[in-house]
Amino acid sequence: MNKLSLIGLLSLVIRRDLVLAMRRRADVLTTLVFFVMVVSLFPLGVGPEMDMLRKMAPGVVWVAALLASMLSLGRMFSADYLDGTLEQMMLVPQSLSVLVLAKILAHWMVSGLPLVIMAPVLGLQFDMSAQALWVLIAALLLGTPILSMIGAVGAALTLGLRGGGALVSLLVLPLCIPVLVFGAGAVEAVVSGTSVSSHLSLLGALLVMALAFTPWVTALALRISME
Amino acid sequence: MAINWFKYSSPSTFYGAAGKMVPWFAWSAAILFVVGLYIGFFVAPTDIQQSEAYRIMFIHVPASILSMFIYLVMAGYAALGLIFNTRLSSMMASALAPTGALLAFLSLWTGALWGKPMWGAWWVWDARLTSELILLFLYLGFIALHASIDDPRRADRASALLAIIGSVNVPIIYFSVQWWNTLHQGASVKFTGTSMHVAMQQGMYTMMMAVWLYAIAVSLLRVRCIILERECKAQWVSELAEVKR
Repeated sequence: MNKLSLIGLLSLVIRRDLVLAMRRRADVLTTLVFFVMVVSLFPLGVGPEMDMLRKMAPGVVWVAALLASMLSLGRMFSADYLDGTLEQMMLVPQSLSVLVLAKILAHWMVSGLPLVIMAPVLGLQFDMSAQALWVLIAALLLGTPILSMIGAVGAALTLGLRGGGALVSLLVLPLCIPVLVFGAGAVEAVVSGTSVSSHLSLLGALLVMALAFTPWVTALALRISME
Repeated sequence: MAINWFKYSSPSTFYGAAGKMVPWFAWSAAILFVVGLYIGFFVAPTDIQQSEAYRIMFIHVPASILSMFIYLVMAGYAALGLIFNTRLSSMMASALAPTGALLAFLSLWTGALWGKPMWGAWWVWDARLTSELILLFLYLGFIALHASIDDPRRADRASALLAIIGSVNVPIIYFSVQWWNTLHQGASVKFTGTSMHVAMQQGMYTMMMAVWLYAIAVSLLRVRCIILERECKAQWVSELAEVKR
């Protein structure tokens, strides 16, 4: 039996998870529809004044993205846990962290990337300027992977627990606050005419830090949950 | 003669030792509370800018500082438990969490009471207030995760990992004042010289010691309960005088 390289393992797991997600398209679409719905509910709740909506837009889109990503976290490991695949994955000779990273990336492609693509359309509902929309896309591109990564730790810690869905939000949401602050801050900065780069740099720094640590911590959490 | 510290890392010996320590900490906390409150209410002069309202700082400042410090201690115990697999460390971590959460809540509450006359609002979205609120959420997350896992070993390890991840947040709280520099007044207690009256300082340090000792006393009391609960099938528990009765 030939041993897979790390890159081979990475692409294998990503491909497998994407195929699985495509077989259950409804799950992916539910998250996206939830995102669109939450954002669309805000104008109904606070009134249709365009000035206020324009000011609120970045925060609303970011909070909705945060909630939508919480919604899909339960799916990251639970199906594999229930049918025993996860147990087999922990036995492979390659590093569990790389495997986890692959699962996180696949999860982001399925649940984070659609939000990024959908966000500009929602931004138009809030009458955001073209420049602000570009910054929103850039910030979401940097930020949503962090949400998936931090979320993975929470999902691994709460694996197989009763009431896992609400619990994972309770654990993960406080840790996601910096992402929310800098992500929404970037868009607000461009609207008010100040420098965007500091916010995006901080988001980038958070992304690099999350990329370095969360796969490893998630692997640790999985080992704790599975023993 | 060297003391064998590892002896006290076993729950059965620590149970007795903690039982002997609790009254000392509890009584000194009570005495210091009385002294601190007396200084705070009667000795310390009225502040020129903040009049009588500043007196809430005698409980607000110790509660805030300790709520952050206890989180670090809790994360430290959690890490010890995770690394060395010592049961007592994990028990200490879960015994500290409710006290920390209580102090974080007290800090927010007294802060709101102070903010109303000073800033004209119960709550402002200032960096330090927000981080203290996040700290309370982190405590609640730790307690909730620990409570929802039935297997105590897994609960200890999972919540330990969570506490360590969350401890990244505590330095952010501390440095948030410098980073986002907003409404909250900067620190008045500095290592070189201070802008406070001597009686105010004395009152605050006394209250700080009192809250500190109180936190130790309740945590030890709580860890004794956790030990009894976890070890209820062990023989040494059934031989205890208070259990036989």
